[in-house]
Amino acid sequence: MIEEKAILSLSRITKRYGGVVALQNVDFSVLRGEVHGLVGENGSGKSTLVKIATGVVQPDPGAEIVVEGKKIPRLTPYLAFHLGIHVVHQDLSLFPNLSVAENIFAHEYIERGRRFVSWQDMEGRAREVLGRIGVDIDPRAVVGRLSFADQQLVAICRAIASEAKLIILDEPTASLTFREVQRLFGFIRELKAQDIAFVFISHRLDEVLEISDRVTVLRDGVKVGTFPKEELTKARLSFFMTGKEIVAQSRTFPLDGPKEILRVERLTRRGEYADVSFTLHEGEILGLIGPRGSGRTEVALTLFGLNPPDSGKIFLDGKEVRFRSNRDAIRHGIGYVPENRLIQGLVLDQPVADNIVITILDTLVERSGLLRPAKKLSIAEKAIGNFGIKAPAVDAPVRSLSGGNQQKVVLSRWILTAPRVLILDTPTHGVDVAAKESIYEMILNLAKDRGIGILLISDEEHEVLQVCHRILVMKEGRIVREYVPSEVTEEVLRKEIVG
Amino acid sequence: MLGRIAGRTEVYLAGVLIVLSVVLFILNPKFLTAENLFDVLRNNSFLGIVALGELVVLVSGGIDVSFTAIATVAQYVMGVIITKYMVESVFFAFLIPIPIGIALGAFNAFLVNRTRVHPVIITISNLNVFYGLLMVVSKGRWIYGFPGPFRDFARLKVLTLISEKGVDYGLSIFTVAWFFIAFATWVVLRYLPIGRKVYALGGNSEAARRAGFDIFRIQLFVYCYIGFLSGIAGFVHAALNQMIQPNAIVGRELDVLAAAILGGASVFGGAGSPLGVVLGVLFIAFIKNGLILMKASAYWHQVIMGLIIVLAATLSAYQQSLERKRRRWV
Repeated sequence: MIEEKAILSLSRITKRYGGVVALQNVDFSVLRGEVHGLVGENGSGKSTLVKIATGVVQPDPGAEIVVEGKKIPRLTPYLAFHLGIHVVHQDLSLFPNLSVAENIFAHEYIERGRRFVSWQDMEGRAREVLGRIGVDIDPRAVVGRLSFADQQLVAICRAIASEAKLIILDEPTASLTFREVQRLFGFIRELKAQDIAFVFISHRLDEVLEISDRVTVLRDGVKVGTFPKEELTKARLSFFMTGKEIVAQSRTFPLDGPKEILRVERLTRRGEYADVSFTLHEGEILGLIGPRGSGRTEVALTLFGLNPPDSGKIFLDGKEVRFRSNRDAIRHGIGYVPENRLIQGLVLDQPVADNIVITILDTLVERSGLLRPAKKLSIAEKAIGNFGIKAPAVDAPVRSLSGGNQQKVVLSRWILTAPRVLILDTPTHGVDVAAKESIYEMILNLAKDRGIGILLISDEEHEVLQVCHRILVMKEGRIVREYVPSEVTEEVLRKEIVG
Repeated sequence: MLGRIAGRTEVYLAGVLIVLSVVLFILNPKFLTAENLFDVLRNNSFLGIVALGELVVLVSGGIDVSFTAIATVAQYVMGVIITKYMVESVFFAFLIPIPIGIALGAFNAFLVNRTRVHPVIITISNLNVFYGLLMVVSKGRWIYGFPGPFRDFARLKVLTLISEKGVDYGLSIFTVAWFFIAFATWVVLRYLPIGRKVYALGGNSEAARRAGFDIFRIQLFVYCYIGFLSGIAGFVHAALNQMIQPNAIVGRELDVLAAAILGGASVFGGAGSPLGVVLGVLFIAFIKNGLILMKASAYWHQVIMGLIIVLAATLSAYQQSLERKRRRWV
């Protein structure tokens, strides 16, 4: 019966790449008008499954692909497109220099041959498609100037315009604010009512549970199962993904006789944040949670000497300091790990070792002005050992590491500078559950063993509840509440942030 | 909206042109005479035509610096044929350089697509290959003494006026050809699917590939288009000068790139318009003309041209960084 209602049904999917099994005997089906969550850690086979569903990769023999009740012997990208199976990739694959309307109908250029382009007609039809889900975007706007959230909607409309019946969303919420996620969900529900099915791939389990009707879990290329949403909780889901029970209770250690390191008094920067005051102690992990755009990153940049405040004071060890630059801040013992490690942190094609020692290059220079490679390697090897970085070799490019391990490389290089204060801006953003765990482990050890004061900026309530001694809630540029994890629940914290 | 952005660069550039004209007029009133302006338009039609070809390549995210050699080879072959057989038909002469330009452009496209080496390297190499082969074969000999009709054609004007001294001047047929090609290029880029694909490819090549566009066909189109226009420009150049020197055109690549970039074409692809490029060519033409009227040394021309390129590239990079900032904070 399910087969009749299925838009896409994949059976007995196995895919080997050389000796590696990416998928083993996986069945996966998506029903008409269903939102189907697809979760699994990195390397669990999600992307291979998507590639097979869209014809980019062929499964090993013995598999069966059925689209709307018709058996498809060989699915190609072209065929998948015409059968209405579309992917919205994380990078969206839009043309930033073209208009919204043109992006939506770009595929028509292939078939139009020499016929003239009618802009009026195209813009009218684009308005129609945008109107179908009630998106208010000017079809003549240049896509590159829209917010990421709007660009994403354009990509979805592009799929709808070419008669999509199933839209696969690959990590669609990774770069969205809370409000934007809710807006996206609104549009997804609207399209669902119009009988369009979605596959929703995400690391954010809350969101998966919120939007999906059913969820399929993959682990190491094997399907753990497909579950109706009602049978799932976040804890169960992450257990299915990792095979490990993840405990969400506080894991902090007590601070004995807290000694103040950093104090901030009434820090204000017009248009970004106002009246921010807090204290950070030795060995303390202080959570700073709030929606994107609440000013949390801007405060962090100020503490790192990059974003001078209009008024207010910063004290280090009780003495007032004024940072003229981030160099100055680093000299005073402040480290900052930026939000987007891939863009701002690492030189991806350079070896792991070079990426680790980059913050202390000065100390590796001999009197002759040349670098000491042996010392570089020994420092890097030590760091790799200390922080449990999984790298094929010290001289392997950072690009070859997994996201979590890349994040560890960034962390370890700041620790080499022996900071007193370390600011971590959403360090677990976009990494999978297991990698998150080891990053938490690392943060806790840094605070405990080295007495570093850590300011942890976070998106996730359960994260700050687990790892932090105190939690500051920031909204619209102001710190509105302070909590101790033991006196607050995830639920309450979430309401405080959103409401 | 695309029109609106391009419009901004164009409006801006038009403003600069007007200011420049006033300055040049104050320095030397001769500048703003119809006679001088028609002359400038005629003498720069070669530059104007190839710059439009360069625009199309730049929009696609590519670049071609071999077009000077293509134009030279194309006009040289034409010169040899028409002087050897004393071809009386100008139309026939005009048809000779075009297929040569297209074929050499196709060769560029083929190498760019197959080798995946950056087009700047491919086309610099081909510049040397085409030009070197021509020098080997021609031994650098000049060609002159074209048939009569060819000489008369070069003096053809759409609009003729007589100066006080009794010399006739006016709107040259070559200027008309240049503007017509600009219009045609605009139509192709704005209203033909292939033109839109050129913008798409320049905007995001990976997305173009995923959308199922035939990338080689687009590349073939853009390099053949500049080859085609180089062929026409080779003809125009030969007619304007009434002689063909193998070394007359090669070396002017930067003028053309400067004109295109000034006109709003981006070296990163995806942006630029024919109107902008026409204005860019006029800007460079006015400056050069001004220098001539002021009797500045030829070396100053080089210095000024270099400065203009640096200025144009800096402005365009600055604009892009503004754009990025805007996007981040919106």
